[in-house]
Amino acid sequence: MTASPPPNSFRTGPDERGLFGIYGGRFVAETLMPLILELEQAYKDAKADPSFQKELDGYLEHYVGRESPLYFAERLTEHLGGAKIYFKREDLNHTGAHKINNVLGQIMLARRMGKTRIIAETGAGQHGVATATACARFGLPCVVYMGEVDIERQKPNVFRMKLLGAEVVPAKSGSRTLKDALNEALRDWVANVEDTFYCIGTVAGPHPYPEMVRDFQCVIGNETKRQMLAREGRLPDSVVAAIGGGSNAMGLFHPFLDDKSVEIYGVEAAGLGLKTKTKHAASISGGRPGILHGNRTYLLMDDDGQIIEGHSISAGLDYPGIGPEHAWLNDIDRAHYVSATDAEALKAFQLCSELEGIIPALEPSHAIAHAMKLAPKLPKDHLMVVCMSGRGDKDIFTVADILGVKL
Amino acid sequence: MTSRIDARFAALREEGRAALVTFVTAGDPDYKTSLKIIQGLPKAGADVIEFGMPFTDPMADGPAIQAGGLRALKAGQTLRKTLQLVKEFRKGDDETPVVLMGYYNPIYVYGVDKFLKDAKSSGADGLIIVDLPPEEDEELCIPAMKAGLNFIRLATPTTDDARAPAVFRNTSGFVYYVSVLGITGTKAPDLKSVKSNVKRLRKHTRLPICVGFGVKTAEQAKTIAADADGVVVGSALVAAVADSLSKSGKATPKTAEAVHKLVRKIAKGVRA
Repeated sequence: MTASPPPNSFRTGPDERGLFGIYGGRFVAETLMPLILELEQAYKDAKADPSFQKELDGYLEHYVGRESPLYFAERLTEHLGGAKIYFKREDLNHTGAHKINNVLGQIMLARRMGKTRIIAETGAGQHGVATATACARFGLPCVVYMGEVDIERQKPNVFRMKLLGAEVVPAKSGSRTLKDALNEALRDWVANVEDTFYCIGTVAGPHPYPEMVRDFQCVIGNETKRQMLAREGRLPDSVVAAIGGGSNAMGLFHPFLDDKSVEIYGVEAAGLGLKTKTKHAASISGGRPGILHGNRTYLLMDDDGQIIEGHSISAGLDYPGIGPEHAWLNDIDRAHYVSATDAEALKAFQLCSELEGIIPALEPSHAIAHAMKLAPKLPKDHLMVVCMSGRGDKDIFTVADILGVKL
Repeated sequence: MTSRIDARFAALREEGRAALVTFVTAGDPDYKTSLKIIQGLPKAGADVIEFGMPFTDPMADGPAIQAGGLRALKAGQTLRKTLQLVKEFRKGDDETPVVLMGYYNPIYVYGVDKFLKDAKSSGADGLIIVDLPPEEDEELCIPAMKAGLNFIRLATPTTDDARAPAVFRNTSGFVYYVSVLGITGTKAPDLKSVKSNVKRLRKHTRLPICVGFGVKTAEQAKTIAADADGVVVGSALVAAVADSLSKSGKATPKTAEAVHKLVRKIAKGVRA
């Protein structure tokens, strides 16, 4: 298996088998296969139906509050003394992160398919909250699987989901975190194929999920492009986003893939450092290709192919895999995959709060941390966009704990 | 060359009875006890052995088999050691078919060609890989057939008549009909739908059809054996391992016998 040669367009994937190069695919149990095929067809039909996009746009405008601002981070720019930094403010969306963009798309598709029950997995709880929110809005019963360990770590989000009427089911198997929540959601789906729609939170899983979630998140990059052209009269020179599974990053990157002048940086969570082997969540920088959760991609695993739990200060990034399209973009060298440690992210979290009056989530703090490394070396006319994928309210307990502050 | 699987099903057809297919996890609760368990399975009444290759993330398995896999991994089980167990089993038994069952990632990481070569030379006869549907046949199914290993496919209640031909196209050995919508060991099989579904699937394949997922008792086995060519028992045996362990989760002198005792009981149902 060799990587395919660089294509004329980077935006045509996946192929009909759901592959981006060698990554992606449909590695699921036979019980699910007919459902995956049904979903693929339903999504194709919806994509071709202008009324679907129109309805989605309406909700994105009036319910989510789009478009989100492209904000010039003036004091951070001055402080770093180089590139001109803009934030794409996904943190200002309803529910406080980019997750809702994808959830609304999938819930509308579920309604179109006549599905009457929604299930989802969640790590930090952001995707769970977004799914519970949309289900409340449309009156659909919602079950969210969440690792027992994460339920303990993310109590405010668990309570939010319950307020929104969702049932939160602890995943008690394995390492009791995000990957196990995904396993439990898949097990639920296998047992409830007739009426249930599985709303996956990132650009991973079996085809067509990586493509579908990407398409719903592309609103981030499409708006950014339009806004930057209006503000500066040209495209950005670089775009930077944090990556767990990689949905905010793919949403920002994809519309720029064919603009060769735009440098693309995906920032993985290096946790306590890549040298620790098991105390990070950088699937590309510290993992290798394998098969998990329906797709082939870079994974954290041992020599026997057993999956290793990732570690990050950010519960939204400690997934042991990454979306297959990112794996492909890495191999063909269209995007740079780098990493930031817990300590670097924490420093960025504090700096952004103090200089911009924006408390970022710990996830985009990784992206800001990389911008802090890049920007000082770049000229003042270099235009950089950092995806502010979510707000940091949910993280104040974690950060206070690390800083030794009692709340 | 006739495979051990083909030979075994042909012999049972002569005998006029269904096969008892037993699933246990390799290395559960430890290497030595696991070897003792499989060595005693044929005498207890098992006609085919399914040997689970442990994986950290078994997405189609229920709590019993998940726990068995984690016990094995904790005791240091690897894919290499699983093949070693098959090799040791073969020293004393050259007839009972051994089918390796699990998930694709450990095999992919081991290397597909190397795995097929080593599995074949260890004495394994077939593979059941849960997360490789026919859409991914080029990954392992076709190479496995070329290497002389049967690739056994799962058919489920969602495998309708339109999809069945694709599911059976590259399969050999036998067909494993999953009797419930769901994961292993959690729901009892709906015996009426088993009958009609086995009948339906026979229109699409001449291979023996074995039925599993949720079979726990001799009575269920007896009913299924009336319509199917084989009955698969898994979670109940893995649960028997769990129940036999010491408080600290270690094997006891009763462990292997606990599994064999249950197999003897269910074998009576299959042979009734």
